Amino acid sequence: MSSTTVPLKRRAPIRPARVLLHVFLAGTALAWLAPLLWAIFSALRPYSETSAKGYVSWPDKLTFENFTNAFKQSDMLHYFGNTLVIAVPAVLLTLFLSSCVAFYVARFDFRLNLALLLVFTAGNLLPQQVIITPLYRLYLLTNLPGITQSGKLYDSALGLVLIHVAFQSGFCAFVLSNYMRSLPHELTEAALVDGASVWRLYWQITLPLCKPAMAALATLLSIWIYNDFFWALVLISTGENMPITSALNNLSGQYFTDPNLVAAGSLLTAIPTLVVYFALQRQFVSGLTLGSNKG
Amino acid sequence: MTTDTTTNTPEAAAVPPPGASPARTRATHGHRRLLTRRDRFTLALMAGVPTILHVLLVWVTAIASIFLAFTTWDGIGFDSIKWVGLDNFKQLFNDNPQFWPAVQHNVIWFVVLILIPTPLGLFLAVQLDKRIRFSRVYQTVFFLPVVISMACIGFVWQLVYNPDTGLINSIIGANKPGHYIDWIGDPHLNLWAVLIAASWRHTGYMMILYLAGLKSVDPSLREASALDGANEWQTFKSVIFPTLRPTNTVVLVVTIIEALRAFDLVFVFNKGAQGTELLSILVTNNIIGESSRIGYGSAIAVVLLVISLAVIIPYLIATFRKERRA
Repeated sequence: MSSTTVPLKRRAPIRPARVLLHVFLAGTALAWLAPLLWAIFSALRPYSETSAKGYVSWPDKLTFENFTNAFKQSDMLHYFGNTLVIAVPAVLLTLFLSSCVAFYVARFDFRLNLALLLVFTAGNLLPQQVIITPLYRLYLLTNLPGITQSGKLYDSALGLVLIHVAFQSGFCAFVLSNYMRSLPHELTEAALVDGASVWRLYWQITLPLCKPAMAALATLLSIWIYNDFFWALVLISTGENMPITSALNNLSGQYFTDPNLVAAGSLLTAIPTLVVYFALQRQFVSGLTLGSNKG
Repeated sequence: MTTDTTTNTPEAAAVPPPGASPARTRATHGHRRLLTRRDRFTLALMAGVPTILHVLLVWVTAIASIFLAFTTWDGIGFDSIKWVGLDNFKQLFNDNPQFWPAVQHNVIWFVVLILIPTPLGLFLAVQLDKRIRFSRVYQTVFFLPVVISMACIGFVWQLVYNPDTGLINSIIGANKPGHYIDWIGDPHLNLWAVLIAASWRHTGYMMILYLAGLKSVDPSLREASALDGANEWQTFKSVIFPTLRPTNTVVLVVTIIEALRAFDLVFVFNKGAQGTELLSILVTNNIIGESSRIGYGSAIAVVLLVISLAVIIPYLIATFRKERRA
């Protein structure tokens, strides 16, 4: 930790209150990590050992076998692939479409602007179950022969991409329109007087200035869409087509017979989001607070 | 943490500098005159395509839910849709043994989240805002559950609660046949067991929101309070907490919405079996269960919709009114 190397001299003398606070925080932090550490501990132990000695026991052997077994047995790579096919287009499309709406709302004073933004923002706050029944029917009724494997919107990656984009663009449009409103008006005004098209104002002037907000939203969206469980659970019927998070739910019943393997499997699914989080923590946190109306 | 984006809370970003508004209206009128026909077409597409997608998949379906709630439909062909008036609701309120427990659990979910993880998150945020050592490490630990999927959290906590092999029973010695404490199976315990896992996640989320709120508190307020000789608690109570009002509103709304949305965790735990029913689970069971009763499922969804809108609409009106004034 770099923070321990900070010169001690400049700090205030150690007060008992501070020590107490650190004891409290360290204790709470440890308690917070306990369920995850327990999962890691379970995942690292062979089933034969834990079933003989019990789970709370000194380990004779720690191996990564459960991880490799879970990965291979359940064909996880395939499900990670499914997630990638859904999440990448969904994140990109959401950012593109919501920035378009945000640009329209933030840069032009048309009469319906506020109402439009209200519709988007409110839509994103609804619980998913409010719309799922008719959506499910709509997906079953939409025939797309040749476009998706199932021939319908139902049970297809396209269907999931569409609902992710529709649902998440509410939140992103709200955040981006606020962000765009804070940009100086003179920038686009000058370009408009010089005869630049609206598209250029958006693509070449406004969008590059929104990079910090877009980066924050991209991080947040990737984590949310990756973590989606509900849409895939209802709108995908073939286990094969499921993204990783909901596939795990199927797998734990079908393939995994011991808890150690389930532990390993679930930890594996958490790795990508953890990597994104540790790499882009700043973006993640600022994204959450940019539009803190998100449930 | 102090990136330039962190300070841009929606409220802050939405407020342009005080003197700018007259110039802005003039400028936008100028804009309108300068728009060519092609520009107008581009703009229509830019606003139209996302709006159609969003309205069709979110709002048209929400309205369809309302319509279907007054009908029965087996889902095969549109001509089998039959108008039944309030029958679905009558059945739901009077005959469904799961409905009132579900409503009650949603309420309990909210009460627990607002009484335990929310103050704890605020407390942690206040402590971590003091620029203490290892602040980043602590923050990372408490945020961690927010990043992991709810489904995954469900699996992890099952390992803790499992009657034979779980952490709790192994430690307290309740893992022998006849002495089981069935945290997930017992209808008197399972709701609380799930709520501990939900609170574990919610605390970190609340901490993020409060940390952001605290960052925007004017440091001179603290100084003034210290000069007046106020102690830490007095400063917090009379100076800091009142300035957190916008954050508190957001926290309240987020917590209500979270309580209404609760689903993944419970579904992974025990599919909302006895003791953990929630409105969201009842709706979903009508779709993925054996019995696909569309009208009936929609009626439950409408209850959920009405409660949600009762929260969302006042909140958005307040938020947007503030923007307009600015």
